[in-house]
Amino acid sequence: MTTHLLSAADLDAAAATALLDRAAAFAAGTGPDRPLAGRTVVNLFYEDSTRTRFSFDSAARRLGAGVVAFAVKGSSVAKGESLKDTALTLRAMGADAVVIRHPASGAPHRLAGWVDVPVVNAGDGTHEHPTQALLDAYTIRQRTGRVAGLRVAIVGDVRHSRVARSNAILLTTLGAKVTLVGPPTLVPRSGHVYGAGVEVGYDLDAVLPEVDVVMMLRVQHERMTSSFFPSIREYARRYGLHDDRAGRLAPHAIVMHPGPMNRGVEIDGGVADSARSTIVDQVSNGVWTRMAVLHLLLDGTLAENGTRAERRSQ
Amino acid sequence: MKYLIRGARLVGGECADLLLRDGAVAQVGTGLSAPDAAVVDAEGLVALPGLVDLHTHLREPGREDAETIESGSRAAALGGYTAVCAMANTDPVADTPALVEQVWRRGRAVGLVDVQPVGAVTVGLAGERLAALGDMADSAARVRIFSDDGICVHDPRLMRRALEYVKAFDGVVAQHAEEPRLTEGAQMHEGEVAARIGLAGWPAVAEEAIIARDVLLAEHVDSRLHVCHVSTAGSVEILRHAKRRPWVDRGPVPRLTAEVCPHHLLLTHELAAGYDPVYKVNPPLRTAEDVAALRAALVEGVVDVVATDHAPHAGHDKECEWAYARPGMLGLETALSIVVKVLREADLPEATVWELVARRMSRTPARIAGLDAHGHDPAPGSPANLTLVDPAATRTVDAGGLASRSRNTPYAGLELPGRVVATFLHGTATVLDGKACQ
Repeated sequence: MTTHLLSAADLDAAAATALLDRAAAFAAGTGPDRPLAGRTVVNLFYEDSTRTRFSFDSAARRLGAGVVAFAVKGSSVAKGESLKDTALTLRAMGADAVVIRHPASGAPHRLAGWVDVPVVNAGDGTHEHPTQALLDAYTIRQRTGRVAGLRVAIVGDVRHSRVARSNAILLTTLGAKVTLVGPPTLVPRSGHVYGAGVEVGYDLDAVLPEVDVVMMLRVQHERMTSSFFPSIREYARRYGLHDDRAGRLAPHAIVMHPGPMNRGVEIDGGVADSARSTIVDQVSNGVWTRMAVLHLLLDGTLAENGTRAERRSQ
Repeated sequence: MKYLIRGARLVGGECADLLLRDGAVAQVGTGLSAPDAAVVDAEGLVALPGLVDLHTHLREPGREDAETIESGSRAAALGGYTAVCAMANTDPVADTPALVEQVWRRGRAVGLVDVQPVGAVTVGLAGERLAALGDMADSAARVRIFSDDGICVHDPRLMRRALEYVKAFDGVVAQHAEEPRLTEGAQMHEGEVAARIGLAGWPAVAEEAIIARDVLLAEHVDSRLHVCHVSTAGSVEILRHAKRRPWVDRGPVPRLTAEVCPHHLLLTHELAAGYDPVYKVNPPLRTAEDVAALRAALVEGVVDVVATDHAPHAGHDKECEWAYARPGMLGLETALSIVVKVLREADLPEATVWELVARRMSRTPARIAGLDAHGHDPAPGSPANLTLVDPAATRTVDAGGLASRSRNTPYAGLELPGRVVATFLHGTATVLDGKACQ
C-alpha cells in the first residue's frame, strides 16, 4: 500500500502536526542528515512554476536525494506522451517518489493509480495544492504559536484557487475557523464542502476586524474578460487589501499571500512589505515543509500513521 | 428458418407458444407443433417486443477503433435490441443522403439489428445551416429523427426552422439540450462534488433552459420535439408541465417526447470523486435527488423512453486525465438489466415491471422513430422482432466479455438482474442461449 499526498484531506490533525513538527526540526537543523541519500525524486511539472519547482528541488537535494526534472512541454494529450505512458516510464526508471504539477484537476490521482511509489500533488488544476497549505500552516504556527482556534479569512478567487481549497481543508482540520471572502461569482455558494464550519462572506471590510490571519489570493486578469467581475480596478477597490483597509485588521493579525503578487490589485505594497506580512517567510518555509513531506512519505511514517486516503481505499 | 418458441410468458401475463415463420409471427397459442421448426424452450422466460434504442453511437464511419456497425450491432442484439438509431456525429457527419444510406446499408449487410440512421440537423453539426433533411428523409434510409447530438442546436431561429421544416415528412428533432455558454469547459455536474474536487461545473439550468425554450418553440410551430437524455429533476418538472398542453396530443405520436439514459437512473456525481473518466458523460451524472425524480418520471410516463446513449470510446480516450477524456459510456448490453433493477426498486408488481419495459424500451421508441416493423408484442401476423428474457437470472458485468469494441462501462463488477436469452430479428435468431449467432 503506497501512501500519497494528493489532497489536504488526506491528512488528519495528527499527520499534519507530525509534518509541521518535522519541518520545524529541519528548519532548526535538528532533523536527520541526508535521510534520502541514494533515493531519486522525480519532478514532473506540466505547468511553469519557478517557485514551487525550485522549492521541491531544493527540498529533495537537502534530503540527499537525487532529483530528475522531467520537463514536459505542453500539456495536451494531443501532443506528446500520455500521462499513463509517462507513469509507466517512471516506474521502469525506478523513481522513489514523484512530485507532479498539472493543469488538469485530479491528474495526481490518476498518476497514483499507475505508479507504485508515493505521489505528491504540487498543484493540480483548480483542485488542490496541499504542500502550499502545509507551508502556510507552518508559517501561521511560527508567527502565532498555534493554528487551533484562530480565525482565518481567505480572500479572492476562491473558486479557481487550489491554494484556497487546500488551506480551507487543512486549517479546518487543525482547528482554525475559516471564512472565504470574495465576489459571489468567485466563492462557493456554501463553505461546508471545503470543511465543517467554513463560512462564506462577500464583505471584506466586515470580516477583516474579526480575523487573526488574512490570506490574499492572486487574481487573474482573464477572470475579468469572463465577467466574473467588471474590472480589475473595481475588484481591487472591493476586495484588495490596500493600505487603508489593512487598518481594519487587529494589531496582531498577519497577512499572507502565496505569490506571485499583483501589487496594487489584491494587495498593496505597504501591506505586503509591512511587519504583518509573512510573504517572504512563506517561501523559505516551503522548503522545510516539502522536506518533511518527502521524508515522512518515503520513510513510511505517514503510511504507519495512516493517511485518510489510505483508510478510504481499504 | 422457422422457430417454435415454447411456453414463453407474454407481457400481460399469459403463457403461449409462438411460431415464427417468414419473418413474422405465424401463430400464437398453446400446444403448437411444427415438425420442421427449431424449438426454443422458453419456460420461465418473458417474450418482449424487440427493444428499440433511440440513441446509439456506432462510431462508423470514422472511429472504427472504438466501435463498428458490426460490433455495435452485436452488442445491441445481445442486449435484446432489434433496432438502434445510429447518431449522426460520425466522421464524416451523417448530414447527406449518401452517408445515411451507407450506414443503413452496412447495418442491413451485418444483419444483427436494424440500424436506423439519425440525420444531422445542421451541416457538419456546425449549428449554422440546415443539413439535407428532406433528402435524407427521402433516401433509402428513410430518416425520420434528426439530431446534432453531442452539440445543442442552440440558435433559436435555426431550431425553430428545423422543427418547422421536418413536419413535411413527419420528422422529429431530437435535441441535445445544453446551453453552450453555460457549459464552457464544463467537466461534471455543477454541485458540491465539483466544488470539492475542483472540476468546472455543468449546471442543471443549462439543460433546463433549452428544454423550456424548445417546448415553447415546438408548440409555436406545432411540430414534434424529442428531448434526448433528460438528466435533471428540473427538466422533469418542465416536461411534466409542458405535456399537459393540448398541442402535445394532436398527432398519432405525441408531439413532445423525452428519453432518459440508464446511467442517469442509477449513478450519481459522487462517482467522479476518484477522477476515473469512465464516469464522465454528457449530460453528466447528477445528484441522488435527480435520480429519484427521473425514476418517478419513468414510471409516470413524463419520460417516455429509455435510450442508452451507448458511447464507445477507445482505451486511450478514457485512460487519461479527467479533463482530457471523452464523455460517454457503453450502454447497449446493460440497459435492460438496469431498467429492470430500477423498476423493481420502485416496488411495482412484476407484471407492471415488464409492461413498462415493453412500453419504454420498445413500443414507444419504435413509434417515435417511425419503425413500423418494431415495437409489436407477438400476435399473428406481426413482424417477428422479439426478445426472450430470463427474469429470474442475475449476472455480473464483465467489461472484458462485452461484444462492444470498447470497454468503457461504468458497471464492471456490478450484479444486475435479468438476462437476454434470445433475440429474433425479422424471424431470424441473432442471439440464442445468450450468445450471438454470428
